[in-house]
Amino acid sequence: MNPLVTTDVLVIGGGLAGERCAIEVAAKGHDVMLLSLVPPRRSHSCAAQGGMQAALANCAKAEGDNPNVHFLDTVRGSDWGADQEVVRIFVDQAPSAVRELAHFGVPWTRVRPGKNSYFIKGQRVEIEEPENKAGLIMHRDFGGTAKWRACYAAAGTGHAVLYAVDSEVVRLGITVRDRTEALALIHEGGRCWGAVVRCLRSGRLAAVLAKATVIATGGYGRIYGQYTTNAVINEGTGAAIALDTGVVPLANMEAVQFHPTGLMPSGILVTEGCRGDGGYLLDKDLHRFMIDMEPQKQELASRDVVCRHMMQRMREGKGVETSYGPHLWLDLRHLGEQHITTKLREVHEICLDFLGLNPVRDLIPVRPTQHYSMGGIRVNKDGHAYGMKGLFAVGEASCWDMHGFNRLGGNSLAETIVAGRIIGGRVTQFVGENSLSVSTSLAARSLAQAGQHIQGWLERAGSGPSVYAIRDAIAETMIAKVGIFRTGSELEQAVDELYTQLQLVDRAVLRSKVPGMNPELTFALRLRGFARLALVTALGALERTESRGAHYRSDHPARDDAHWLRRTLARWPQGVTKPMLSYEPVGLIDLPPGHRGYGKAESIDMKESIEDYNATVDAAWRREGAQETIESLGARMHWGAWRETQQPPQHKRAS
Amino acid sequence: MNKDSQKAGRRLRFEIFRYNPEDSMSRPHLDTFELVETPYMTLFLALHRLREEQDPSLQFDFACRSAVCGSCGMLVNGRPRLACRTLTRDIAQTIRLHPLPVFKLIGDLSVDTGTWFRAMADRVESWIHAKLPFDPTAQEARMDDDLAAAIYEGERCIECGCCVAACGVANVRPNFVGPAGMNRIAAGMNRIARFMLDPRDERSGDEWFDVVSSDDGVFGCLGLMACHDICPKSLPLLEVYAFLRRKMLAAALAPRSRAQL
Repeated sequence: MNPLVTTDVLVIGGGLAGERCAIEVAAKGHDVMLLSLVPPRRSHSCAAQGGMQAALANCAKAEGDNPNVHFLDTVRGSDWGADQEVVRIFVDQAPSAVRELAHFGVPWTRVRPGKNSYFIKGQRVEIEEPENKAGLIMHRDFGGTAKWRACYAAAGTGHAVLYAVDSEVVRLGITVRDRTEALALIHEGGRCWGAVVRCLRSGRLAAVLAKATVIATGGYGRIYGQYTTNAVINEGTGAAIALDTGVVPLANMEAVQFHPTGLMPSGILVTEGCRGDGGYLLDKDLHRFMIDMEPQKQELASRDVVCRHMMQRMREGKGVETSYGPHLWLDLRHLGEQHITTKLREVHEICLDFLGLNPVRDLIPVRPTQHYSMGGIRVNKDGHAYGMKGLFAVGEASCWDMHGFNRLGGNSLAETIVAGRIIGGRVTQFVGENSLSVSTSLAARSLAQAGQHIQGWLERAGSGPSVYAIRDAIAETMIAKVGIFRTGSELEQAVDELYTQLQLVDRAVLRSKVPGMNPELTFALRLRGFARLALVTALGALERTESRGAHYRSDHPARDDAHWLRRTLARWPQGVTKPMLSYEPVGLIDLPPGHRGYGKAESIDMKESIEDYNATVDAAWRREGAQETIESLGARMHWGAWRETQQPPQHKRAS
Repeated sequence: MNKDSQKAGRRLRFEIFRYNPEDSMSRPHLDTFELVETPYMTLFLALHRLREEQDPSLQFDFACRSAVCGSCGMLVNGRPRLACRTLTRDIAQTIRLHPLPVFKLIGDLSVDTGTWFRAMADRVESWIHAKLPFDPTAQEARMDDDLAAAIYEGERCIECGCCVAACGVANVRPNFVGPAGMNRIAAGMNRIARFMLDPRDERSGDEWFDVVSSDDGVFGCLGLMACHDICPKSLPLLEVYAFLRRKMLAAALAPRSRAQL
């Protein structure tokens, strides 16, 4: 690549969110450059097994579903942490987004008319799928939903969707620079003009100048080391370079989702579809404890709730002890060979390949494992970052905020496509109205700065710690003290430990100084951001003295809507040693806070009226740096539409 | 688990191909390392330990480490495999690792599969050719679930490149995998078959004939079928190959029926 390149739109991240956004922009004739750490088809989106939530209401168990029910499930799932207008935008557009993917070629599993055999809460049931729905997109059951809503392509939904979307990228001739990493954003006076990038083939630097820059780099699960389902590339690089600007806030970083069924010991995910299709969780006595804990939803309560019950079970000594720590069992045996080797084929393969176990006959060792980052770069409903014009973020890297403090299974894959499409449209409008009026000396300065930073790493010698030792120490702190059950005293220790590790970054020494991409240097360049993300996560968790969704404080077990119906914003101004936290309202409230229908009921009520709360939102967001949106606040709300739904989730029955 | 406890503690010997094209001092050679085996050790774990504990310059590629992303194809004792799901307990005590042949070398065990597969996608126009644009107001077109499952079967390729590396012809005739011939390599043929099966792709028989039915296409393949034997996803490449030949033969014998392919 030339050392200076220009484009209309620079998309950083080649997973589903980045690619879907790039397609929207390129289809309108704008020039797009897409960067990816790996060839885009190897992005972590490909690993999503289960499905994509969209209220098409095509099968018998989806009857009566519509976006209003999806809205209810998502807001409840978020434990009221989500921006309800964004949820509304999302649920309304999800059906069309799924259908568009069919147009792109996704081989969605289809409705088979006549008698079908399913497992529901462990019972085999026969359900008649109507003839008039034959061949429409099928749904499966996922946690925390009132209806069967997850659309799926066997057990490889993410893979099939990613290949279809990437095929569109190829069809449109979009420029893709794979093995390229953004090291820093080029910005001045609150306006972003692209990024300094590094080629991971040669190690060479370049400046990419763009009218608009989109960050779509996914989550930061690797701060939990091996205790994550995430790919090794999910190190939060995009969130870190946004934080480095000093003005863009990261939101709700303490909202970290654990998935109930990470495989022992590798952390590889086995899909929620296992439980959706009727799989059991068993303790060491082979007792199905979720029936006692959640009589209604059983294994299919939301992920945060199931994870806490699992952890509690293991703390009570009911886990299976191994040299890798305790685990529980996932039991699929009753689903039968036919089902396991087709509908859950990837799970079958993973168990055989990595453990030598056959789930047709054997129990699967699982434990709750870090899975998803609800938090990320704070953006408005157009995907435009707070405090920085021309910077957008989409997908898991962003906090758009449809997930609040707990994401429902199948809502993230859907978000990548729905948000990619919507935000791609906003970016298109932005580049249509703005020109590339930036001085190349700014690019040269940014480039020189990155070069000096690299030189600093290569020149530093002596007996400092290795970059991998710092990484491992961060991960151990995160899993031990910023995990599923959190307390104030442990979080204080975590913040201290992480701060110590962050300071060590400047003393770490490379042992390899080979020319080229140099894998050790490549990781070293991410390490400061990595440490900062961990620290911001721990600090957010320490300050939030309540329990909401995935954030559970044993010393503050109640959800506190009087004080904490707020979104955490973390900024790290340049030249300051610690991040600064502030708070904003979660957004306009339509569905008032209440009981989720699963999990504990303990909560402290709002003090003010919903009208008073809603009246503060606009001004509070502006104070925090929210950009002007194309449509006014609340324009997409369907006030009270959720009341039209007849079936709250508690009433779900196993036929 | 018993199998593990039996073999844990073996001292593994790694012989790894090394060459850094960005380093003018570097020459291709094999480096030797030793590592004590641990339970459930995969080449993913072993290579990371070697890099972090013994030689930080060692280059290799992993992403998902769960055999779905296709990043980590390499030659393990001469055979193309996904390193992430290769359990060391299943292989010999001496483990010789080479980068996949045919692809451009980036360094050590890392090769540029991304550029090759993008070019292949361009060559076979690996996307749905629909005549009408998407209609956001319409219900989705119906499809029989058996057909959806058959398309998914072909969609399962993860583009790891093992079939390309295993192709006997590709290894002796460099032009064989050049831009013209990408459609006769297993991964390309599989992609063609997947779209041919899909009624949403409205390419006519004639259009397919041009892509598939020449010496650059399915008839350029000698049928050695190592691709079928080593495919990490067990794709039925033998059937794909037979399917394409049958389709093209039918088209050749009855030219006027090409449109109904």
